[in-house]
Amino acid sequence: METKTERISTWAAYLVVGVGALIMLTPFYFMFVFATHSRTEIFSLPPPIFFGDSFMDNLNILTQRMPFWRNLGWSLYVAVASTALTLLFCAMGGYAFAMFDFKYKKALFGVVMATLLLPSFMNMIPTFMIMDVLGWIDQPRALYIPGAASAFGIFLMRQFVTASIPKDLIEAARMDGCGELGVFWRIVLPLLKPALGTLGLITFIASWNNFIGPLIVMRSPEMYTLPLALRSLQSPVDTEWGALMAGSAIATLPLLVLFVISSKQLISGLTTGAVK
Amino acid sequence: MNLLSSLRLSPKWAPYVFVSPFLLLFLIFGVFPLAFSLYLAFQSWEPTSGLSAMHYVGFENYSFALQDEWFWKSLKNTAWLALVSGVPQHVVAIPLAYFIHSSFSRLRNGVVGAYFLPYITSTVAISILFSSLFSTDFGLINLGLRVLHEIPGLGWLLPAQAIDWLNDPDHIKPAISLIVFWRYVGFNVVLYLAALQTIPKDIYEAATMDGAGRLQQFFYITLPSLKPMIFFGVTLSVIGGMQLFEEPFILTGGRGGSDQAGMTTAIYLYRMAFDFNDFGAASAMSWLLFVVVGALTWLTNRAFRPRDASH
Repeated sequence: METKTERISTWAAYLVVGVGALIMLTPFYFMFVFATHSRTEIFSLPPPIFFGDSFMDNLNILTQRMPFWRNLGWSLYVAVASTALTLLFCAMGGYAFAMFDFKYKKALFGVVMATLLLPSFMNMIPTFMIMDVLGWIDQPRALYIPGAASAFGIFLMRQFVTASIPKDLIEAARMDGCGELGVFWRIVLPLLKPALGTLGLITFIASWNNFIGPLIVMRSPEMYTLPLALRSLQSPVDTEWGALMAGSAIATLPLLVLFVISSKQLISGLTTGAVK
Repeated sequence: MNLLSSLRLSPKWAPYVFVSPFLLLFLIFGVFPLAFSLYLAFQSWEPTSGLSAMHYVGFENYSFALQDEWFWKSLKNTAWLALVSGVPQHVVAIPLAYFIHSSFSRLRNGVVGAYFLPYITSTVAISILFSSLFSTDFGLINLGLRVLHEIPGLGWLLPAQAIDWLNDPDHIKPAISLIVFWRYVGFNVVLYLAALQTIPKDIYEAATMDGAGRLQQFFYITLPSLKPMIFFGVTLSVIGGMQLFEEPFILTGGRGGSDQAGMTTAIYLYRMAFDFNDFGAASAMSWLLFVVVGALTWLTNRAFRPRDASH
């Protein structure tokens, strides 16, 4: 029983939302198109609109100008290490905050949550100095070890444990003679799987995209992660745009794949706090 | 699992064992840097001369920052960018979310995904791409403007000359704002979609019975119900906008642009430390910016809180 005006407004909604979505995706399309063209092709009139055949040439330039595969490897290594550590430490911490009573628990949790709102630039300078004193400049651990102290991870895990792991279940396992570590490892962790998946995705992506962190602690080009390496190729006079686009496309592709596989989980995870 | 069973842990100690790895890292890399930065803001120190060369200078770093023309300029830039990239995010995201909520069912996930995608991609890759799109002579954005300029009736609205987006002080900020808008609008769409789902359907049904049209329903039912989420979203935009760093950093080659027109405060304090080697002043600036962010958050809170508590 739709009236005529309702039908028109529905179609108007389709049009606005659809055109908007296309506009949002257009830059990605050009990133991949430009990745397959040389610099002169990108900056010609009219510019390329379809895929070309210079991707391998661009890749060659990229690997000549910087240790590209090494940089890619460091990005992957840091992202994996950071995800593994964050998942373990935040699952343990979130479980403790949700299921146990201990001294100063409330105050501690309050402090952890307060840092969630803390602007990231606050830690930029002291973090550099700490890493300098520790001798961690140019060390990947300077990126993944501090990253494991994720306030957001603790928040997410505590939320999930409170909502979906019944206290009785833990009690029953204890009665059956299961030790505390066993309870955590055999009962809590398996039940946490969905939340671990979400936190894992978010951590991996954040680490993969992280720019300020490596900008501060990674000084030599062999230790650069991908974003840092890409930005080092930018120069005022002689930027190899084709190669740069190929590198950017390679940096973006894994995220696109992850997003297509898990967009629902990712979106709901990234907007938790808001929706609850 | 034998190892687990043999390692008996009493329930009394268990929480401390579970929380300590996180807590240890949190104290070292989350809390200590803050305290150290507070201390540093009262010291004069140059990194080349070693940690022992630090000495207490009172509020000198703060008064230096407050008298520094570039610091004020960076604050103005940051506020401008936060406003111009932030307000449209919400003005566009609310009706978009409303349209998606009311008219999309099967395609919803795909559409939401398209809007959300920029939020999860690398800022560096995105900013590099946009710096090519914004280039003066052959960039697609200027090309598009030129095509639109040819359209009769529309042409006078648009510039006839190619715009030097990235080097002209008047145009770098709009260019940055566009990228920031594009990157975060989808995040806000998702926030508002979540809020829209909590509005009970029967309110709309009752309004339809009373003869309220779609537009009236939007302004009298939807918008008021979204108020708490608008508050939350705007707060996030303020906090995020005031710490803007990566997009302008890449777009201006890490220097803030000609005439410092694209230099945000976060970029300036980075440069103060790592280009100009003044860690004390940089720390003082970070605390000043922190106070500004806090004050703006408080103001947002005031603006959205219901006037009359009993209402």
